[in-house]
Amino acid sequence: MGFTNSTTDFIEYKNSFVKKNEYDFTIALAGNPNVGKSTVFNTLTGMHQHTGNWPGKTVSTASGFCKYKDKNFLLVDIPGTYSLMSNSEEEEIARDYICFGNPTLTVVVVDATCLERNLNLVYQIFEITKNVIVCVNLLDEAEKKGIKINFKQLSEELGVPVVGTTASKPKTLKKLLDTIYNVCTGSITSNPKKVIYSSVIENCLDSLEEKLNYSRLFIKMDLFKINR
Amino acid sequence: MFCFLGLIFWLTITGANYPSKMLSNLFSCIEIELLKLFNFLNSPEWLTGLFIDGAFKTLAWIVAVMLPPMAIFFPLFTILEDLGYLPRIAFNLDKYFKKAGCSGKQSLTMCMGFGCNAAGVTGARIIDSPREKLLSILTNTFVPCNGKFPFLICIASILISSFFTNSFTSVLSALIVLCLIIFGIFMTLIISRILSKTILKGAPSSFILELPPYRKPQISKIIVRSIFDRTLFVLGRAILVAVPAGIVIWLFSNISINGLSILSYIANFLNPFAKLIGLDGYILTAFILGIPANEIVLPILLMGYMNAGTLVGLEDYSTIGTILFQNGWTVITFINVMIFSLLHFPCATTILTIKKETNSWKWALLSFTLPTICRYFNLLSYKFLL
Repeated sequence: MGFTNSTTDFIEYKNSFVKKNEYDFTIALAGNPNVGKSTVFNTLTGMHQHTGNWPGKTVSTASGFCKYKDKNFLLVDIPGTYSLMSNSEEEEIARDYICFGNPTLTVVVVDATCLERNLNLVYQIFEITKNVIVCVNLLDEAEKKGIKINFKQLSEELGVPVVGTTASKPKTLKKLLDTIYNVCTGSITSNPKKVIYSSVIENCLDSLEEKLNYSRLFIKMDLFKINR
Repeated sequence: MFCFLGLIFWLTITGANYPSKMLSNLFSCIEIELLKLFNFLNSPEWLTGLFIDGAFKTLAWIVAVMLPPMAIFFPLFTILEDLGYLPRIAFNLDKYFKKAGCSGKQSLTMCMGFGCNAAGVTGARIIDSPREKLLSILTNTFVPCNGKFPFLICIASILISSFFTNSFTSVLSALIVLCLIIFGIFMTLIISRILSKTILKGAPSSFILELPPYRKPQISKIIVRSIFDRTLFVLGRAILVAVPAGIVIWLFSNISINGLSILSYIANFLNPFAKLIGLDGYILTAFILGIPANEIVLPILLMGYMNAGTLVGLEDYSTIGTILFQNGWTVITFINVMIFSLLHFPCATTILTIKKETNSWKWALLSFTLPTICRYFNLLSYKFLL
């Protein structure tokens, strides 16, 4: 709560002048509200975005730098959203960034205690971008509830790298950084297993693609955009 | 819930007394040294007055009065936030907000408003319906932000300490502040209701809000962050606003035309309007000059009363109380001033933020006029009742 330099225009203003060559890759942190995106962001960048235990704390994007090995990453913390079909302004900001911000890699932070609901957004993001890492956060809470997650199987089913973290403990984020680095430099590839729709929908998409002479990706983006 | 809030206020008021005094002593030491320095440099009297009595004293006042309550209130509130209590407040208040025709999420933005109204206005982005978002933005000023909050605490403490001297003073002050906050929430609901029946017609929409589990707050981190981030920010802002304001006020109260200072002219001009609502010209002048930041209202007020143009030290509340009583304040005036301050229009930053968020000057202007109308109405009706 309250305004500080980091929440007022000062930082935004500074960030708008970030030069392209100061970083190598852009990483977006997406996910449902209140899963700890801002905490992951703060730990990785050493910044102090305000965090709070309630959905809706972050209402605008924030960016910060993070250096790992020989590469510089620009991390973008975006407001939480349950779906790319947005309802409110802060969800629109999130959708616009995921769809049109063109990050190198999108890290989808998910809540380990309610994975199923969170995977909804993961699949939606699969429709938009190829480079995705799923970061299963709040492992400590899941453990308290007796939930165990089989990362290997989850990774196989989704086709993308899956990392387990507890964002409040900085040590657990090292593996996430490793994976981000490896995906960005190409030593790991992520092949999201997209949802295959029924033939009716697929055919419609095909014909739209043909008639509009428009890539399927953009059609999907527009569909997400006009949902209201 | 309100007990919780009351407890926080009490902790803030009690805890803030000691550092306030320490800071005040520290500043008076610095002042003496500065005076020596100015004398050593043979600076003309007006320059000494301008810098020490004008700029430095205003600054010292603001830091001493504002900083300790904030340094205590912010971490406490942030702990609640980290614990996961905020959505539960929203959940509890949803019923009332729905009756007022607005979204229960408005209570979240209201909570943000305690820190800063501008932050509360930005926070309104989480509200889905544009109508409810506007309601929430327009009524955000009815919760006291960190500029008004120490002012309220200060006035409440002065009022109480000039009548009672026992150990219950801080409890009573906390109660007064709590009543004011509840009154502010009540006003929020009423105004939302009126607006949703008139210019912002519509039915309240339902909302989905995830109730997060209670999580253990990272206490040490919170304390460090709220002190570093916010305190430094507030200090910076105080310096930016208080120094020029102090200079201007000093000039106003020291340049005299026909034996009366400019400040007195302004105050005399505003006096009839102010008297109508049970205040006086100086109070109104202070609030109007306080538009850039509400923090400077009290120093301006005192400087106006002290006519000589210098501020008194903050040794204890009863001295300030005596000054105020000497200038014709009564208990009613105290209450009026507190209500006036609670329903005061937002500071310049908030107005600009509203303009940015709503993309129109119309709403920003309304957010400015709404509390003004509302407090006049309130104080007038109050006066007639008495």
